[in-house]
Amino acid sequence: MTLTSTAPAPAGAAPVTGRSSARAFVDTHVVPYADAYDSSGRVPEDLLRRAAEAGLWDPLSMDMVTLGEVHEEVGRGCSSLRSLLTVHTMVSWTLRRWGTDAQRDRWSAPLAAGDALGAFCLSEPGAGSDAAGITTTATQTGDGWVIDGVKTWTTGGQRADVFLVFARTATSIGAFLVPRDTPGVTVTPIDDMLGTRASMLATITFDGVALGPDALLGPSGFTAGMVLTGTLDLGRYSVAAGSLGIVQACLEASAGYAARREVGGRPLAELPLIQAKLSDMVTDARAARLLVAEAGRLKDAGESATIMATWVAKYFASTAAARHASEAVQIHGASGCAPGSPVARFYRDAKVMEIIEGSNEVQRITIAGQAERETTR
Amino acid sequence: MSSKTQILDFIRGRYPQAEIDESQDIFALGFVNSLFAMELVMFVEKTFGVTIPNEELRIDNFRTADAMSALVARLTSDLAVA
Repeated sequence: MTLTSTAPAPAGAAPVTGRSSARAFVDTHVVPYADAYDSSGRVPEDLLRRAAEAGLWDPLSMDMVTLGEVHEEVGRGCSSLRSLLTVHTMVSWTLRRWGTDAQRDRWSAPLAAGDALGAFCLSEPGAGSDAAGITTTATQTGDGWVIDGVKTWTTGGQRADVFLVFARTATSIGAFLVPRDTPGVTVTPIDDMLGTRASMLATITFDGVALGPDALLGPSGFTAGMVLTGTLDLGRYSVAAGSLGIVQACLEASAGYAARREVGGRPLAELPLIQAKLSDMVTDARAARLLVAEAGRLKDAGESATIMATWVAKYFASTAAARHASEAVQIHGASGCAPGSPVARFYRDAKVMEIIEGSNEVQRITIAGQAERETTR
Repeated sequence: MSSKTQILDFIRGRYPQAEIDESQDIFALGFVNSLFAMELVMFVEKTFGVTIPNEELRIDNFRTADAMSALVARLTSDLAVA
């Protein structure tokens, strides 16, 4: 918990309460520096503090539609920061939804203030989208639990203060809150990823990590899988919003470049093939925004249909991001491939969106399964 | 419409090919996964205005429409007392 132990936070980060204040925060504190974060491989403490000033680590203070708008704006500026927000939001929501009073008393306030950052540990060297394949174990003892196993690709793992760890119990998969400083926890940084390079990924090893009986978050038994389902649903929603942010960023960068850059004495923007690319970006950004907003509205209403709506939104937005980031690089030509090019970063980050929180292949299986059920009515 | 009927309608809507009555064990029929379990809990909470506490999230409370209806009755009774 290092955020409050350093010098006073710099002034200037106004509270983020919705899209417009999020946009202002991102344009001031994120966009000018995002390529530097990407190069250095980490989001600096200074920005984490400014995010805390702005209230970004308290995602539960806003409704889900607003949260989607805020995560879109952050994703427009920097997918690495948005990724850190995503996993922190997942931990915060899971604690509120499933936590006991004692667990909330311990973690809610520091998480909301950004004094403690959360990370989500599901993927393992041998299990990613196939969550049922995890081998990390949680063994119940006379006075609590012992966790053994290896988690990897943990977003924010290098920096997080508390891990939400999914592990196999005797009867199902359970969720456990594991403070970073617990004996037996080892954090190994993963550098030089293709995308979201500043999101401080890590491999986390749990070697005989002894926890108290209150480490289990949520129900045990058959409904334990719901904790994972609900947590991933929220992560998927945030990734959908962040992917939409990438599309919007591609649009803004490409439209600006096409207006400035001349070919044969005419701006690129006058070329029909460039216009086609830009119009597809506009259309997909609007469509993705509607899908994300609908998933958020259903979440706010407590409607179970939000789960499938979120699958659809994430699938659409992530594939749109990958497609349009590729086109954004194409429009920028060689300068889009140059070191420090924002569209090159969007291109690398967008690919990650098609993989995390359920790969696109898993999304298609799930969405098609729903369609099959509906057509048999 | 009774809570039992609404719950049965929800399950039949999701699995129209299955023939389910109020006393049938939906777990024994083999189509309850964690996704459907989450949807079922969200449906019950939204439709009947209750929050299901962790200690009530037991398999026996969700095996049949009868059991879920009894759970709803208990939780709404608690609300009335509170």
